[in-house]
Amino acid sequence: MSLMKLTATGLGKKIQNKEVSVTEAVNAALDAIEKKEEKINSFVTIDREGALKRAKEVQQLIDRGELKSNLAGVPVAIKDNMCTEGMLTTCSSKILSNFVPMYTAEAVLNLEKAGAVIVGKTNMDEFAMGSTTETSYYGATKNPWNTAHVTGGSSGGSCAAVAAEECIYALGSDTGGSIRQPSSFCGVTGMKPTYGTVSRYGLIAYGSSLDQIGPVAKDVTDCAAILEVIASHDPKDSTSVKRDDYNFTSALVDDVKGIKIGIPRDYFGAGLDGEVKEAVLNAAKELEKKGAILEEFDLSLVDYAIPAYYIIACAEASSNLARFDGVKYGYRTSEYNGLHNMYKKSRSEGFGQEVKRRIMLGSFVLSSGYYDAYYIKALKTKALIKKAFDAAFAKYDVILGPVAPTTAPEIGKSLSDPLKMYLGDIYTISANLAGLPGISLPCGTDSKGLPIGMQLLGDCFKEKNIIRAAYAFEQTREYRHSPLSLS
Amino acid sequence: MANIISDETIDYVGILAKLELSSEEKEQAKKDMGRMLDYIDKLNELDTEGVEPMSHIFPVSNVFREDKVVNGDGREFTLANVPERKDDCLVVPKTIVG
Repeated sequence: MSLMKLTATGLGKKIQNKEVSVTEAVNAALDAIEKKEEKINSFVTIDREGALKRAKEVQQLIDRGELKSNLAGVPVAIKDNMCTEGMLTTCSSKILSNFVPMYTAEAVLNLEKAGAVIVGKTNMDEFAMGSTTETSYYGATKNPWNTAHVTGGSSGGSCAAVAAEECIYALGSDTGGSIRQPSSFCGVTGMKPTYGTVSRYGLIAYGSSLDQIGPVAKDVTDCAAILEVIASHDPKDSTSVKRDDYNFTSALVDDVKGIKIGIPRDYFGAGLDGEVKEAVLNAAKELEKKGAILEEFDLSLVDYAIPAYYIIACAEASSNLARFDGVKYGYRTSEYNGLHNMYKKSRSEGFGQEVKRRIMLGSFVLSSGYYDAYYIKALKTKALIKKAFDAAFAKYDVILGPVAPTTAPEIGKSLSDPLKMYLGDIYTISANLAGLPGISLPCGTDSKGLPIGMQLLGDCFKEKNIIRAAYAFEQTREYRHSPLSLS
Repeated sequence: MANIISDETIDYVGILAKLELSSEEKEQAKKDMGRMLDYIDKLNELDTEGVEPMSHIFPVSNVFREDKVVNGDGREFTLANVPERKDDCLVVPKTIVG
């Protein structure tokens, strides 16, 4: 059996037991990348040399007994919006096409301390703005289940790389569903932790009040183990939260007896594909068979989450992306006339269409005269959405629903109508506004053979509830390897 | 479309966003923004009277720490990715016309 079929903790154990060397594991990943990359385009940067060098170092530390983590030596891919010292970090944008950071993001550093070996940086929607990974300056990533379809986004490269088995696991980031939705489209498991759990230091900001880094892997066990490593209180991120309990793997228990699961009716209404609905409701029934208590309820305000999100995310983006001006780093236009013209030309040539669209909308909603009507209104809506979730979590341990209204659309069908694409985020976006943890895991395939994902949401800091429910469901279903991973 | 974005508005947004748009891009941006604002206007259905705007989900206050230098001389660090450099300075077009 190929090593790439293994889970991260499975391979990690073999490495610790000396059944597999780190170099063998890393070579397996690099070989898989070489074989599949042409078909799939998951990566912006592949670091063959660096990974093989690092493999030797990690092996020595394991041999000396200094690295005991079950992630030590396991090849990982990192979304290209996390800074990696000495390794190109582009955010899939032309404006950062030459940017080599001088430091490493805290979450990635935490992984490295546990002995992870980075094989490369994964493709994404430019600056994480998109739901298909088609807005990348480096071309679209293709879905390992059917290469005519998108991977979802924005962490499409990370999810495709895991599904195609070009790496064992990956890190993604989630601002409005960017880990959960592509995980669903690619048939892998992805998790967005509670806001503030994983440091954002070194994550190139999109919407700072919404961004959160999280794991993408083959199963729930891996996600819990990875989260345990990357989560930390970091004084360098002023929104980092010091948590009492980081022991996420202790929730990997196949027991949901008495757990209360709320099923929001508003997540199963018009717009939801019939096959997705059926698969997700069947998954809920599996949990019921195991003793969970299911109850339908009205979450309310669901239709207001997307407009509130796009105001807040774009407002923050317009401010965050002001730093790209062709002065300190990144792309600078070759011909210009004075300072302001240089700013304008560098930015206009460096940013893609979707990024410009969001910067403009953000600048508009923050401009004087419109600030109260749009930005403040959105923040008030956010408060109401948070309140609706508080009420729901007073009754339920977990909220269960679909991840996205459909399975992965065909490549080329989404970008022509941005608003329609935005509406695809309807089930994921509220978790970011309310700071909640969420997990997406496979629960079926549609008639086209494309994966369907189920989403579990928990109250803030209650990752363990969703990990437990997800783990219990996962025991009822075997992991399906994507066709491309088998080729 | 309820929201009509004028040329003046899109030019003003271009100034705020520091973006230079071709006339074709400008027309598209006017359309896109108008359509998005129409959609966003849905929020007006919500009664938010008396609701406190929520900028942060958790009740957090300012995070203070001692102002201690921990990163040493960051000169090379800072200048490593500068598009144009002269010695220890970054080069930009003339900003003051004398």
